[in-house]
Amino acid sequence: MASVCFYFQVHQPYRLRHYSVFDSDNNYFDDYKNGEICRKVANKCYLPANRLILDLIHRYNGQFKVSYAITGVALDQFEEYCPEVLSTFHALADTGCVEFISETYYHSLSFLYSKDEFAHQVRMHRKRIQELFGQTPRIFRNTELIYNNELAEYINDMGYEGIICEGADHIMGFRSPNYVYTPPGQNNIKMLTKNYRLSDDIAFRFSNQDWAEWPLTAPKFANWVHDVNGNGFTVNLFMDYETLGEHQWEDTGIFDFLNHMPGEVLKHPDNDFKTPSEVIDSYDAMGDLNVPYMISWADMERDLSAWLGNAMQSNALYEIYQLEGAVKATGDESLIEDWRKLQTSDHFYYMCTKWFADGDVHKYFNPYDSPYDSYINFMNVMDNLQSRCRNAAGKVEQNKSHKMVTPQ
Amino acid sequence: MRVLMLGWEFPPFISGGLGTACYGLTRAMSQLGTEVIFVLPRPVSSEYSTHVKMTSPTNLGIDISSFDLLDEKDFSNVTFRAVRSSLQPYQTPQSYNEMLENITKQSIFSSHQVQTGQENMENLHGQPGHYGEDLYQEVQRYARLATVIARDEDFDVIHAHDWMTYPAGIAVSAMSGKPLVAHIHSTEFDRSGESVNQMVYDIERQGLHYANKVIAVSHLTKNIVASRYSVSEEKISVVYNAIERNGTVLNVPKTNRISKDEKIVLFLGRITMQKGPEYFLAAAKKVIDVMDNVKFVMAGSGDLIKRTIELAAEMGIGHKVLFTGFLRGDDVDKVFRMADLFVMPSVSEPFGLVPLEALRNDVPVIISKQSGVAEVLTHALKVDFWDINEMANKIIAVLKHPPLSVTLQQHGNFEVRKLSWKDAAEHCIKAYDSVLCCA
Repeated sequence: MASVCFYFQVHQPYRLRHYSVFDSDNNYFDDYKNGEICRKVANKCYLPANRLILDLIHRYNGQFKVSYAITGVALDQFEEYCPEVLSTFHALADTGCVEFISETYYHSLSFLYSKDEFAHQVRMHRKRIQELFGQTPRIFRNTELIYNNELAEYINDMGYEGIICEGADHIMGFRSPNYVYTPPGQNNIKMLTKNYRLSDDIAFRFSNQDWAEWPLTAPKFANWVHDVNGNGFTVNLFMDYETLGEHQWEDTGIFDFLNHMPGEVLKHPDNDFKTPSEVIDSYDAMGDLNVPYMISWADMERDLSAWLGNAMQSNALYEIYQLEGAVKATGDESLIEDWRKLQTSDHFYYMCTKWFADGDVHKYFNPYDSPYDSYINFMNVMDNLQSRCRNAAGKVEQNKSHKMVTPQ
Repeated sequence: MRVLMLGWEFPPFISGGLGTACYGLTRAMSQLGTEVIFVLPRPVSSEYSTHVKMTSPTNLGIDISSFDLLDEKDFSNVTFRAVRSSLQPYQTPQSYNEMLENITKQSIFSSHQVQTGQENMENLHGQPGHYGEDLYQEVQRYARLATVIARDEDFDVIHAHDWMTYPAGIAVSAMSGKPLVAHIHSTEFDRSGESVNQMVYDIERQGLHYANKVIAVSHLTKNIVASRYSVSEEKISVVYNAIERNGTVLNVPKTNRISKDEKIVLFLGRITMQKGPEYFLAAAKKVIDVMDNVKFVMAGSGDLIKRTIELAAEMGIGHKVLFTGFLRGDDVDKVFRMADLFVMPSVSEPFGLVPLEALRNDVPVIISKQSGVAEVLTHALKVDFWDINEMANKIIAVLKHPPLSVTLQQHGNFEVRKLSWKDAAEHCIKAYDSVLCCA
């Protein structure tokens, strides 16, 4: 039996506007650009891909299944800038063949800095998914598949039954990513590991004409999937949803590929499609997978260096989480929301100076000319946020002393 | 291969990128085994000929110049030929006239390596020691003298650096039939904005068109050469400048850094329209409005120095802006060691070597987007020269956030080490090959 398990990551950050040290207002985000990008990606990817997947689900009578992790900030932006994307996700949810996966609402790195904040964001996201799609997620994935044993334990304690992580070579060793595992000492939560070779064949290499396997056709890919039979249960194809139509443009044939792939896979009676929950329900764990240190799905290193690789990044992250107490003490909802939107990992990814090996990917997603510009911009916003906290604290003090004075 | 290089006096006796580039390129070519006959103008001693420290004790008219200080083995394939001429880099017709008044007349031609040819020269011109009446005439006179030297030399290609040597390059090429490579380090549009000197432009244009190949120091310059001088793009190669790896500064231990309470933002370069000193001041004013412990240092001299000092006073920031005058040698290193940030707000900078020196000294840099060096540096902050708000924004960020400064320093220093004159020389040799195969 070989089950294809699709999980698509859907995310759009709130990009910052150009915010100079001379600015003093509270409008940090580039509403125009965020709306424009959302609509652009909706037209190139989300809408046509959702329609196609809906069509495939109907065509194969519910045998085709997928799962999504849609960040809270992406959902918020769809709601604001292109509600039709949300309605197509609703239609997908109604088929019963689509699973929604939990993560942090703000696509943040909070697990590394504040467990309280992390748990809060996970709950926020879960609630949003319940409200929107009427599902309670059973599976969790952390921002950019950042993962270690500790996270699995924490997520297990939060009541999740499955967790998604990168099937990095240095973690898997001799093991195959095509089985289900458990974290060491945890029998209640199962791990789904990304088959990065087959995932990246679609996500990165699909249109690469220098690739020996180019062009990648649906029958060829279905054969590779079929080859897993006897050597695994599940082929975990985890990738950015924007792969469809945005990273791989329509003219590469990516939609045609997706259109024909389910039919080819299902030709072999041994194969099927499963959602992550179905995978953990169907297959027993094959053993422990020990991940003592942090891994991710980014770059060649599969580590945290895309967000924590230089002094600017660690400084910016340190500064924002250091503000947690002060921000929350203000009780100011809009201030707290701004602070949370600033936690989105993309802001720190833009500051990455590790350009030389992975330059293309980083530049493609970067709205700034340089990592330095992004750090300067971020720190200017942080400065303003800090002064808002100070002002709020000052007002609280004032009110207190005021109250103490008036009774006399 | 033998190259007749029409170049300029080397640092530290001269300031500016032209001499530095000639030094770096020639040394690298020599090390690559390319023979170079290095011809250069060398004025008689006067207060204006800054490179001449002292005339020699003998009466032979031999000057002590930077060449006496060179490491022989670095230049084993180079023969130096000096022409007694008052040409200096970055001269304008006006500055030439002023200089001429100050010059004492001496013999026409000297060199500590060349004895032959002197008689020829005297016979040819009859009147030793007469410089041209104006810059135009001097440039033409230099061209005639250069052909006299070239007559006795054997070479395959001529390489001329900037417009003042183009007439010489053309003349030698015409006489010898050897191809000319015109290297352009700055155009008249960079130096003078839109108020170009027609004479200079004409000479530049003539040289660029006559040349079999043009070497531009950046794509920025290549585009100017193509659009303003109508030179076809295929004829132009881009060869970026570089920086010496083993400069003196690397020997300076970090602990020698000057300790101070104040942050120092440095401008270093000629104080001329091209370098954008008024934008530096305007940004400084904005920074000073919101920061206390910062001083702005302007190192250099130039025709706008007086105006710039006055401007600082008018803006009310005179007490925060220090002018050092022209710096050289150790003083340059010292000012780099004091600086927390180097800013190059050039209006038009064909390349811009100073940011590389700053980075080599572990000083982070802000450079104008209107510079060639912006094409090769990724670990530098970049602004439009006119965008003083953004310039101030970035200055403040570097001064305020040590992680930014540290990241810029570390990556910048590493990046600069990848720029080598050897690569630049190899590219030049490739350009020679391209004209030789078609010649």
